[in-house]
Amino acid sequence: MSSTRLADGEWHRLHPATPLLKGGIALIAILGVIIVNLRDVLINIVFSGNPGDEYDPFVWILEHDFAGLILLGIVAGLLLFVAGFYISWRMHTFRITDEQVEVRSGVLFRTNRRGRLDRIQGINIVRPFVARLIGAARLEISVAGQDANVQLAYLGSSAADELRREILLLASGTKSEAAEASTSSTLLDDLLAPELSPDAAPPESVVQMHLGRLIGSLLLSSFTVVLLAAVAGVIVVTATTREFFFLFGFVPAIIGMGSYYISKFTKSLRYSIAGTPDGIRVGFGLLSTSNETLPPGRIHAVQVSQPLFWRPAGWWEIKLNRASHSSTKGAAGQANTTILPVGNLADVRKVLELVLPGLMDPEAIELLERGLTSKGGNDGFTNSPRRARVLRWFSWRRNGFALVPGAALLRRGAIWRTLVVVPTARMQSVALYQGPLLRRLRLAGIRMHTVAGPVMPYLGAVDADTAVQAFGDIAQSAVSSASSDTSHRWRSS
Amino acid sequence: MRLDIAAAEWRRVSPKYVVVDLVGTLIFALVVVAATSVPAFVTRIVYLWAIPASIAIVFIVVLSLTPRRVRAMGYQLRDDDLVFRKGLMFQRFVAVPYGRMQLVDINRGPLDRAVGLSELKFVTAAATSGVTIPGLPAADAEELRDKLVALAESRRAGL
Repeated sequence: MSSTRLADGEWHRLHPATPLLKGGIALIAILGVIIVNLRDVLINIVFSGNPGDEYDPFVWILEHDFAGLILLGIVAGLLLFVAGFYISWRMHTFRITDEQVEVRSGVLFRTNRRGRLDRIQGINIVRPFVARLIGAARLEISVAGQDANVQLAYLGSSAADELRREILLLASGTKSEAAEASTSSTLLDDLLAPELSPDAAPPESVVQMHLGRLIGSLLLSSFTVVLLAAVAGVIVVTATTREFFFLFGFVPAIIGMGSYYISKFTKSLRYSIAGTPDGIRVGFGLLSTSNETLPPGRIHAVQVSQPLFWRPAGWWEIKLNRASHSSTKGAAGQANTTILPVGNLADVRKVLELVLPGLMDPEAIELLERGLTSKGGNDGFTNSPRRARVLRWFSWRRNGFALVPGAALLRRGAIWRTLVVVPTARMQSVALYQGPLLRRLRLAGIRMHTVAGPVMPYLGAVDADTAVQAFGDIAQSAVSSASSDTSHRWRSS
Repeated sequence: MRLDIAAAEWRRVSPKYVVVDLVGTLIFALVVVAATSVPAFVTRIVYLWAIPASIAIVFIVVLSLTPRRVRAMGYQLRDDDLVFRKGLMFQRFVAVPYGRMQLVDINRGPLDRAVGLSELKFVTAAATSGVTIPGLPAADAEELRDKLVALAESRRAGL
């Protein structure tokens, strides 16, 4: 399967193990349970001649001589199941043409889904643990919109990598034939290979995730603080009321929190990020891995933020707004919006250079880095006036914005530091607002509208005249940068 | 001092929209006041009448400000974007570049139809843009829509 090109406009089928991975495992598990139960009955028959417990359904069947009938039924059911899986596999086909990707599936209810290649927001290759053992991978092509994904589950592992490369090449706007560079990888290679697949990508991740830093960042997260507060609360309540009931009530919560930590930990452990000609490649995951390519020009807002307890260590987190909302559960859940789980300033710089290519020239990067840590004042940002301290008690010195060519930087917060970068070429609209309170203080707020996501680009309590000025500048920048922006067809010149 | 942006003349929405807004708000106010009067009416507790009374006062203020609020609404078509303003107490200005418009809706409610007005709604990829221009004469609205769609088409950018 991996030897032929998949993106040739013809209909192809998925990996033969697909039914097994999608639901067949449950079938095998059910069979296993039945067989284990049967074994007990068999042992009883052999050793005592008596089937044993008469309430057991198997015993009942045996005693009423239905065994043959039931066996026949089971075999027929199994055949039906296998045939059903086989037919659904036969009917599930996909093709990739120069303009679109198309998937047909379903036996009784046929669905046909097409996605336009030039609207691709990202291509994700997810390898759940079981699929990885078999050497299969799920390819998800996300298109702009809510749950607008085209899923190819499952493909051969190397075929998925190659297909992604070809789709990106088609989407990039080149008309040249896909480069014929076939990578053959064995199953063993695939299990051991680093998360960045060898093709095209410079294999080095620009950011290294240290084990200590990852553990530290989890322990110092806001979540831990809430957890500790809750634990303290429970202890106090238990000590004062002498009712141990509360302690037991807390056990399920503890289990839930533990699993939260573990899943967050294993997901971030093998984090990697690297630039490729076709966009950024972000890899996550230890057992189930996911590895996503974000083509250039698909990022609508970037937020660099620092929870309070990360400050002594100087760690930051980077999140994104993207037009696609992947419905992927599990392995890819975190990869979608958190592009850097934890990193120091140097990591932030490297990631931002990848995420906002062209926008972040050395000057802008320097401005941004200064903006992240500065206490405010005259640091290149237009900050709130002194009278804003009524509304921004601690952060009025830092609450400000800066405009660089092609992007707007909004900075908020002195305790929970946040800095949002919005490429104005991607911005949808900009709003200026003022309520009665802000009017009394001669202040106003600015809100930039981007596609929905975890990043909220807004800035309150700016000097009113400055805000009006900024509103005009941002609106102007949105128009001029959009007309010169060609990054969504990054290889066409 | 209210906010204003230095720009060309604002185009106002039709004065007839005051009637639409007044009648719409009045109906809504009557429904809300009637609903909140039920507890007082049923229980015959006198001070429960404070709830519908205070709500009625709020609505009276809102209604009395309606003509000014409608006058405060305006829009202008600049070279590359549309700017919309609204609000008296809570002012809001939004600038939408033409190229970002995904679609333009025309809505006509029963009250709008009675006086021959339409409401134009612009949808971008951001759910929060929320630009809705009410109270446009029906012919103007259709003309404006066609113009905006043409403009959006000529400045179409990637998402």
